Amino acid sequence: MSKRLDVKKTYKLYIGGAFPRSESGRYYSLTGKSGFTANICLASRKDFRNAVVAARKAQSGWAARSAYNRGQILYRIAEIMEGRRDQLIAELKLEGATDKQASKEVDAAIDRAVYFAGWSDKYQQVFGTVNPVASSHFNFSVPEPTGVVTILLPDSASLLGLLQFVLPAIVGGNTVVVLTAESRPLAPLTLGEILHSSDVPGGVINILSGYRSELISNFSTHMDVNAVMYGGNDEEAITLIQKNAAENVKHVVLRKDDDWFDEERNEHPYVIMELQEIKTTWHPVGI
Amino acid sequence: MLKETDIQKKNRLDFSTGWSYDPAPESRDHITIKEQYGHFINGKFTKPIEGNYFPTISPSTEEEISQIAVGSAADVDAAVKSARKAYSKTWSKMSGRDRGRYLFRIARMIQERAREFAVIESMDGGKPIRESRDVDIPLAAAHFFYYAGWADKLEYAFPGRKPKPIGVAGQIIPWNFPLLMAAWKLAPALATGNTVVLKPAETTSLTCLKLAEIIQEADLPPGVVNFVTGAGDTGAAIVNHEDIDKIAFTGSTAVGKIIQKAIAGTGKKLTLELGGKAPNIIFEDAAVDQAVEGIINGIFFNQGHVCCAGSRLFVQESIADEVRDKLIDRIATLRVGDPLDKNTDVGAINSKEQLDTINRYLEIGLNEGADIFQSSCELPEKGYWCCPTLVANVSQSHRIVQEEVFGPVLTIQTFRTPEEVLEKANNTPYGLSGGVWTDKGSKIFNMTSGIKAGVLWANTFNKFDPTSPFGGYKESGLGREGGLHGLTPYLNI
Repeated sequence: MSKRLDVKKTYKLYIGGAFPRSESGRYYSLTGKSGFTANICLASRKDFRNAVVAARKAQSGWAARSAYNRGQILYRIAEIMEGRRDQLIAELKLEGATDKQASKEVDAAIDRAVYFAGWSDKYQQVFGTVNPVASSHFNFSVPEPTGVVTILLPDSASLLGLLQFVLPAIVGGNTVVVLTAESRPLAPLTLGEILHSSDVPGGVINILSGYRSELISNFSTHMDVNAVMYGGNDEEAITLIQKNAAENVKHVVLRKDDDWFDEERNEHPYVIMELQEIKTTWHPVGI
Repeated sequence: MLKETDIQKKNRLDFSTGWSYDPAPESRDHITIKEQYGHFINGKFTKPIEGNYFPTISPSTEEEISQIAVGSAADVDAAVKSARKAYSKTWSKMSGRDRGRYLFRIARMIQERAREFAVIESMDGGKPIRESRDVDIPLAAAHFFYYAGWADKLEYAFPGRKPKPIGVAGQIIPWNFPLLMAAWKLAPALATGNTVVLKPAETTSLTCLKLAEIIQEADLPPGVVNFVTGAGDTGAAIVNHEDIDKIAFTGSTAVGKIIQKAIAGTGKKLTLELGGKAPNIIFEDAAVDQAVEGIINGIFFNQGHVCCAGSRLFVQESIADEVRDKLIDRIATLRVGDPLDKNTDVGAINSKEQLDTINRYLEIGLNEGADIFQSSCELPEKGYWCCPTLVANVSQSHRIVQEEVFGPVLTIQTFRTPEEVLEKANNTPYGLSGGVWTDKGSKIFNMTSGIKAGVLWANTFNKFDPTSPFGGYKESGLGREGGLHGLTPYLNI
């Protein structure tokens, strides 16, 4: 019997719940140990702008979901990842990981999703306050999502790294546009398919592949973006992002280390709070 | 500009008879103000290195009150050195309990000298004595008292963390609430173990310099708090100083953006408390008379020199005429004049420059086709004044609706549905505060959760408290001041 020719996968962008190729028609070739691995979409500025539009459109609805519902959806991400374990491991290996490294990363990624799923209806209780004002008013403060967040992943981030940026953002009701690391886009782009089948509404997480040098300015200057997250140590890039962020007073969240496995560093609610605003409401007490 | 006679007279009240006020000026006898003030560096008043001074003017009389030092880069450097030394040698090593004790002392001493501070605040800044006496000074003392208690309890504010101070904080504050803004900045910074170089606004340095006297009398270790006076150049020297770890700024969005850009790549931490253009929304089911009082307080409090002022009124269409008439009646009763008079509701505009800005916006409004109505108030001959002003016949795209005027100017728009007003309310780059007036609880929460702003007042407006976090969304700023959340910007967590 002749050997069956396998069906190769086409990796595409994930924007607004759909899987388009780059509107620019551009691509770059990903090569691994055994040569050519896949053609990867080279996202353009226009793709990015489309992604921000999708993220903005989805944001208020996502934030309005009940905290319980957001938790269930994050848990669902973990469930579907578990089912796609072998595929994710295979892709991490194509990106250069050993068998052991790849399965460790997928395990940790699944656990990370479960971890942040559990925060969905709790960080508000830890960080919200009822304030004992001196006048006769009832006064309380609650965290609310800052809005649309762009994420520039560091070279070290694939599946687990991406989730460490994305999960704290979305569990708090933000929507995101992520740019994958140039050499490690495979598992992140497959994650788009996982999200798509995990009840994550379209537009909540948008994943672009492309060149960081090409999109860094757009990610940090777009006037309808509320926060920009950057992973890495390039001081020039950090300065550029912080300068650009001033145009509409964006939050800038930097992540300089890249130990995505360290639970103490990664698993805490303060990473959620970096992308939250505090809203305080007053009402008189009386008749 | 429309005069009173142009306005429909139906149901108008008549105030022309039977109303008179005797002057009730607060005494200035017990106030001592030196002829000249240097900076406050390393626990001492020091002469400016370059030897330059500028006058501080009373905006209600245009009289010079005192001479204030111009802070040069060299002065700022001396202040930062003193703050750094105090940080590493004393303040960061002191127990939280002792830091708290100093802050409690300062709180008490402000209370003891409250009347003196209130009078100086009104002389130097132009705000009515009623406000400086009942709001600014008591709240400043309360702020120190609140944060004093946090100093030895910080680990309870951040579960699972051992918070540490950042280092030397550079703080730049505005002229609208001079002492209160100094308290907002100093109290949390000191409670968390940081030392400070603070610059008061150039038109209102005096109460800050009087606070320096209290800091001396409270025996605060030298260098923990340093004041350098001056204008924008002095502020820039603070922002750009290499040995400052954190910048906290309250002021305009334009300057906030310049600062955010200037410190890019330096690793300095940043809190920004910037401009606003707050919506104040009144529904047909609101208690209208209370709402009118709230609208008046929301925009004319402190001459409208309030970043969270309710400067955009949205009235539901069915009650628009009623509310407009009541507002016109009410502003006719507002007493504009001598800030030191206890009957004064609206004081002087803080500076000639700010008055020009306000008048420029009124002109822009007129040119864009707005109807502008001002109360026919009698104004003193000298000083900088602006009568309470209503601006109608405007829409979202008018500049006077979009941009911060920072004066006693209220724009009036109407709406039909909650969805419509929410869209209009959020349609600015700002997101500092907002107000909602309705008797229906579910509508309140629908609105307050929908408005993208840091502080929401429902059936009230312009309330402040040390325990209550304050700060904006979007281009209104980064971070919060006040309350537990106000500790975060001064700690490494």
